[in-house]
Amino acid sequence: MSLETSWTTGTIIAKDQPSRDVVRLRMHVDDRQRHRPGQHYVIRLRAPDDYTAQRSYSIASDDDDPLVEFLVERLPGGEVSGHLSDVAEVGDVLELRGPIGRWFLWDTRTPALALVGGTGVVPAVAMTRTARRLGRTDLLHVVAVGRDPRSLPYADELARSGATVAFTRHDDGTRPAGAPSVAELAPYAAAAEVAFVCGSPRFAEYAAPLLIEAGVDPTVIRVEQFGATGNAG
Amino acid sequence: MTRGFFRKRPESPAGRLPPGQYDTGSGWPVLTAEATPRIRPEQWSIAVDGLVERPTTWSWDEAHALPRSSYSGDIHCVTTWSKFDVTFSGVSVDELLSAAGPGDDARFALVHSSTGYTTNLPLADLTGGKAWVVWEVDGKPLPTQHGGPARLLVPHLYFWKSAKWVSRIELLAEDQQGFWERNGYHDRGDPWLEQRYQGD
Repeated sequence: MSLETSWTTGTIIAKDQPSRDVVRLRMHVDDRQRHRPGQHYVIRLRAPDDYTAQRSYSIASDDDDPLVEFLVERLPGGEVSGHLSDVAEVGDVLELRGPIGRWFLWDTRTPALALVGGTGVVPAVAMTRTARRLGRTDLLHVVAVGRDPRSLPYADELARSGATVAFTRHDDGTRPAGAPSVAELAPYAAAAEVAFVCGSPRFAEYAAPLLIEAGVDPTVIRVEQFGATGNAG
Repeated sequence: MTRGFFRKRPESPAGRLPPGQYDTGSGWPVLTAEATPRIRPEQWSIAVDGLVERPTTWSWDEAHALPRSSYSGDIHCVTTWSKFDVTFSGVSVDELLSAAGPGDDARFALVHSSTGYTTNLPLADLTGGKAWVVWEVDGKPLPTQHGGPARLLVPHLYFWKSAKWVSRIELLAEDQQGFWERNGYHDRGDPWLEQRYQGD
């Protein structure tokens, strides 16, 4: 994995809208470099007057996937997310740079616990897909939290792969509505040698102390925040 | 050029917004890589050590007894937001360094936080009225999520250099990479040169 990355281009091959404010982009990336689950790309838009806007988006896909998958949440007034949601179409070419980030990534060897919320599930989706391909789903447990199925992308895929899916305002028949409890996390906390928290700043403020209460060593917690007040505007 | 993309934001005052940045207005995004620590002021201290003549540690009260110094201006985060007209107060890093007496061979600093976070800077970026240890923002105590009780402030560089929950400034002869720098970010981080990542 190279430490240095340079700008390249990518083409949107597929675009769909899993829920109201969320679009999924699958892109062919030119001169693509290998990535680890948890890493992100920067997507840069360029106006005719050379004005640019750039934001970071986590990778949802496994490194083995011929395309790179991103999930874009449309934020109010979002300069980049608004364009990607409303204007960008299949066939469009975008400027990209990545993969970036050598902290919030899973090495696929260390026992890991991921506590993620809302569109913060994206890096956990990449981790899950990679673990599945490697046949090492035993090394990873994902706890995904959302209000209801509509606000938790990839919920079905994660549940099928053994994740704990916690809806705070929805009873799916297998688990009553409510935030994940310390007791639910504790069995996975003990084994975790690295823990990932991804979601809004508010989610992260709640999730990291919860992990610590469940028995995770605070020094192994890695946090990534984004959203309306974060880096994905 | 991106099909269908046009500038929607008004141009910022000339020369105020570094390349690739946007004005976040009254917002102040929180970005942290680790669990947020709760540090009471009476537990906090700041040390200057490494290649210095007199390794020195100041308690909260001792740091507050030093001459007060403020910065009013802009801050720039590598995640592309900039925030205009923020006032921070605390003590100038020059004040701490003059008490500790940097050795002749000190050229770099590795700044430590109580969380274990580190960031590296050339010593020249910490001297000459360019860097502070601050505990107030806009007249109020610095909130925990923004690095309170006290953080480093180096506003001419991207904000990851302004280590939250700062506890120690270690002077070194050779540059030694910090947390984000080891993880792919630039060693200097000048927003006007858009030094975001290694290789920029």
